Amino acid sequence: MGMTTADTRIVRDAGAARRLGRRRSMTDQLVTIFCLVATLIGLFFLASILVTLLWRGLSAMDLTILTTEFRPTRYGDETLPKGGLLHAIIGSLIQVSLATAIGTPVGLLVGTYLAEYARSSPLGNAVRFVSDILLSAPSILIGLFIYQLVVLPMGAFSGIAGVLALAIIVIPVVVRTTEDMLQLIPNTLREAVIGLGAPKWKMITLVCYKAALSGIVTGILLAVARIAGETAPLLLTSFGNNVVSGDLTRAMASLPIAIYQQANSGFPDLIAIAWTGALLVTLGVLAINILARLLLRGRI
Amino acid sequence: MSSTTTTPAETASFGGVHARSEAVLNKVARISVRNLDFFYGENKALKGINLDLPDRQVTGMIGPSGCGKSTLLRVLNRMYSLYPGQRAVGEVLMDGRNMIGADVDMNELRAKVGMVFQKPTPFPMTIYDNIAFGVRLHERMSKSQMDDRVEWALSRAAIWGEVKDRLQTSALGLSGGQQQRLCIARTIAVRPEVILFDEPTSALDPISTLKIEELIDELKRDFTICIVTHNMQQAARCADQVAFFYLGELVEVAPAAQMFTAPREKRTQEYITGRFG
Repeated sequence: MGMTTADTRIVRDAGAARRLGRRRSMTDQLVTIFCLVATLIGLFFLASILVTLLWRGLSAMDLTILTTEFRPTRYGDETLPKGGLLHAIIGSLIQVSLATAIGTPVGLLVGTYLAEYARSSPLGNAVRFVSDILLSAPSILIGLFIYQLVVLPMGAFSGIAGVLALAIIVIPVVVRTTEDMLQLIPNTLREAVIGLGAPKWKMITLVCYKAALSGIVTGILLAVARIAGETAPLLLTSFGNNVVSGDLTRAMASLPIAIYQQANSGFPDLIAIAWTGALLVTLGVLAINILARLLLRGRI
Repeated sequence: MSSTTTTPAETASFGGVHARSEAVLNKVARISVRNLDFFYGENKALKGINLDLPDRQVTGMIGPSGCGKSTLLRVLNRMYSLYPGQRAVGEVLMDGRNMIGADVDMNELRAKVGMVFQKPTPFPMTIYDNIAFGVRLHERMSKSQMDDRVEWALSRAAIWGEVKDRLQTSALGLSGGQQQRLCIARTIAVRPEVILFDEPTSALDPISTLKIEELIDELKRDFTICIVTHNMQQAARCADQVAFFYLGELVEVAPAAQMFTAPREKRTQEYITGRFG
């Protein structure tokens, strides 16, 4: 045994080994520096956007903005009544919540079908493919689709058209997360439920949904965050409105559209309100994301 | 590796295995398997199996990986029916009915033939609900009756003392050995006639393994038990009857004492002395 060890021992050149070590630690430091610089560049732009948003959004933020609907520009005349975003906040809340209420059950059921019933069937694969395409489709296309399907036949822009467009955006997001979360559940758990004599639908509703709950809820919240900031599909469907309105058959305001219109108006007072609107959307989405993270951390 | 033939005496002393002395098997079969073939698609995994599970005794199934022992277990409660492409041909008789027939209510069958898996599979709910879950599937009862049933099942699975003060906490917080006994309690709670154990201790530490083995010994007073194991000592300790499978065939079935001291077949002898597997 001793002889074998001696025979296979590699004779090292001490100087070469030191040079190699130095080169490796230099490479290590260099790569670390590159990574740090790239991170700083990314963070700089993110922070710059957030700081600008906070600074300009907060400087115009007051109770009037949250409690009044749109008013025309004051041209710097402080005696004229000041406008706000109440119409857009209410319009966004209505459209986003209705779209989530419509899109979530559909997405949930499709995701369940894909994960529990059609994992590798031809129909399942086709549905999965279409859903993935829908997930990455430009949202303006979905706006155009609803424009053709709902707005043109009705002859007018409407809140319901906006709701439908947003619901279509919700569906593939929920389908993907639901399917992914259900697929994470080990088959042994499913067999354990079936082994007790449970029918498959009880296995899915009573055990699988419970096991995948936090992931599925996270998916729904991410979908809400996504549609809360969508502008393009709403331009062609609910169009926007300047008054507080809960009428789904008529044009309806929303925060992204109000930001778009007031930022384009060219009047400094309206542009300031648009900044506040942008801040509101960002804070809302941020809150939803934090909530999603907390839910995910608590359960998995 | 010695090439001399192994004598039965050497076999008996292998690994310090001492098979249980009760050599008398119950003549009444709870389940009778007759001429059973099993297919994974085109692949024939079980070939003409004939086996009786004696009533309220423990049948141990041993054999190398892929020999078909787990497959047979999954036929007994029709678990294979979950997967298209898997099919069984032949008879699995229970109360005179062929349980692999097309007209069998599988949920009813699985209530009668319970299963405990290799890895503990607690449901993501409270300890109480884990036990009550299976009962609620098959019976309607009052809250106090359910409380009694939960306590009874947890006691039979020798875990009541450890969990009685935390019934409303998540079952996922239990240790691996406790989770496995919880799964046994969950199976018992449905009051099956047969309990199938698929390598129930291969994911557990030695102390937990010992507890489960003692439990199996205790449970056979009321339940017919079938246990698949890779551990020959475990088969010797737990089983009244042992069946040795190899390449999809049932090579030999005999009372445990005979199997580990004087196996009839050469392949059995080679397997239990560690020549292959």
